[in-house]
Amino acid sequence: MLSRKKSVLLLLLLLASSSAWSELIIRVTQGNDKPTMIAVPPIALNGIQIDEDIGSIVEGDLKRSGLFAAIPRTDMLAFPSTAEDVYFRDWRILGIEYLVVGSMTIIGEGRYQLDFSLLNVTRQKTVFEHSVRGTKVQMRDLAHLMSDKIYQEITGIRGVFSTRIAYVTANRVKGKYIYRLNVSDADGAREKLMLESREPIMSASWSPSGKDLAYVSFETGRPAIFRQNLMTGARQQLTNFSGLNGAPSWSPDGKKLALVLSKDGNPEIYMLDLALNSFTRMTRHFAIDTEPTWMPDGKHLLFTSDRGGSPQIYKLNVASKKVQRLTFRGNYNARASLAPDGRTLALVHRGTDVFHIASFDLITGRLIELTETRLDESPTVAPNGAMLIYATKQGDRGVLAAVSLDAGVRYVLPARRGDVREPAWSPFLR
Amino acid sequence: MNISNKFGLTAILLSLALAGCSSAPIDDTTEIEDTTVQTVQVDTTIEDAAAAAGSVFYFDFDKAVLKSESRAALLAHSSALMASPRSVRLEGHADERGTREYNMALGERRANAVKEFMVLQGVSGSLIEVISYGEERAASYGSNDSAWKMNRRVELK
Repeated sequence: MLSRKKSVLLLLLLLASSSAWSELIIRVTQGNDKPTMIAVPPIALNGIQIDEDIGSIVEGDLKRSGLFAAIPRTDMLAFPSTAEDVYFRDWRILGIEYLVVGSMTIIGEGRYQLDFSLLNVTRQKTVFEHSVRGTKVQMRDLAHLMSDKIYQEITGIRGVFSTRIAYVTANRVKGKYIYRLNVSDADGAREKLMLESREPIMSASWSPSGKDLAYVSFETGRPAIFRQNLMTGARQQLTNFSGLNGAPSWSPDGKKLALVLSKDGNPEIYMLDLALNSFTRMTRHFAIDTEPTWMPDGKHLLFTSDRGGSPQIYKLNVASKKVQRLTFRGNYNARASLAPDGRTLALVHRGTDVFHIASFDLITGRLIELTETRLDESPTVAPNGAMLIYATKQGDRGVLAAVSLDAGVRYVLPARRGDVREPAWSPFLR
Repeated sequence: MNISNKFGLTAILLSLALAGCSSAPIDDTTEIEDTTVQTVQVDTTIEDAAAAAGSVFYFDFDKAVLKSESRAALLAHSSALMASPRSVRLEGHADERGTREYNMALGERRANAVKEFMVLQGVSGSLIEVISYGEERAASYGSNDSAWKMNRRVELK
């Protein structure tokens, strides 16, 4: 056990050395005022060699939500791995409210089981126990599943640590562009390339199952909408009209895509029935109609239109095709992303002269600016409605940042090479 | 641990139902299944555009109205196309401000404004292809007024 003096010194050393990998660590620049104090000592590996530090992945997940603060390992008096090993008084002295302990065992050829428990320190009891199994390359999945269960138990909100983000990067090499469509874990780790092209890729939209993405690719020399399966790589071109083929948005039942075509002379919202391969025109106006997004009821679409003189958000009844204007404040409100409550919109809002992400309450009509950066765009709300990710600029570079829908929590995602843009948060994958 | 590309990104798929898992203790087990994300690389089917032939027309923010300074050049292009018809491409662009899909629409609206002007002069509309790149192909880099001014444009190719 470490004495208090020694542990402070160790903590300082840890802070000093952390700059070496700070590029890979998500910095929470603003968190909750009264975070829940949690401790995640190392998972007992019982001789098993793994590269990932599961305990610190869980700790990172929980801290990134902004609702938790954790004590460093150097402050811990012991590293218990089962509930029986826990001496609650040690943790109460440190101000810990919840403690996570866990232990790994081999259960077969390349298969591992992680048994973990969440302990309530104040009440001195086990809140729950759970086991999760997987292979060595799935250790991050095991960790994120732990985080989801702990987060849900304590906050009552479903965790999004096991979800993914799709995004586009653009690099200029010797005057030529390389566009990439990538998918990573929600924490930015395990980036995987889905598509690479010399022509623009944009507007990725997840299928509700999380197994497919629809997106726009210019690879044929003009924009066309494609769908691609994440696991098989199988892809299919869905549209090939003259003019715009853009802004696909998958319906909640997965059977339709709302999208934009300008084959009639100007951009209109269309509906593609994926089984029948039939297109139905939804809007009829000489203005720009674009950026459709489904409401959770599957019966309404929200879209951006400048039919009133400036871009604003409108609501369309799919059955009657009746259109109703929703936003009035400011001369630029566009690209709505709806929270799962069906009530809170995230949108791009132009304040005085800069573009911010704002939330808009469909019932009260209240609009709140959430971001303080500039040139903010492409908000995408997490499937649990707690946070949103958006694209912004750091210097001349595009980066992704996150903010909670109450603006209380903020962080910037790890730096990538080139311009990062157009994040799309996956649905729940389990 | 050997992470191969094949396993570089795996998703959680559960074979077991998760009903009530956070409150029911013990014997509650989640199986992590293996899934893999595949990479696709596409060859583009168009040739690299020859260096822009020089004909660029500029616009105001969120506007698609031709400026008077574009008129002389557009008249000259129209006459040349009527004298010796050839297929041309009008590429519409927007600056980085505002949303990407709205800017795609704005770029198209600008290119259409140029097309309509040329058709009014007598150029056959069938010779003109309109394509919008929105804000995806900046001519000038930087997030300032002078760069944005150069990017709100239509290029005749």
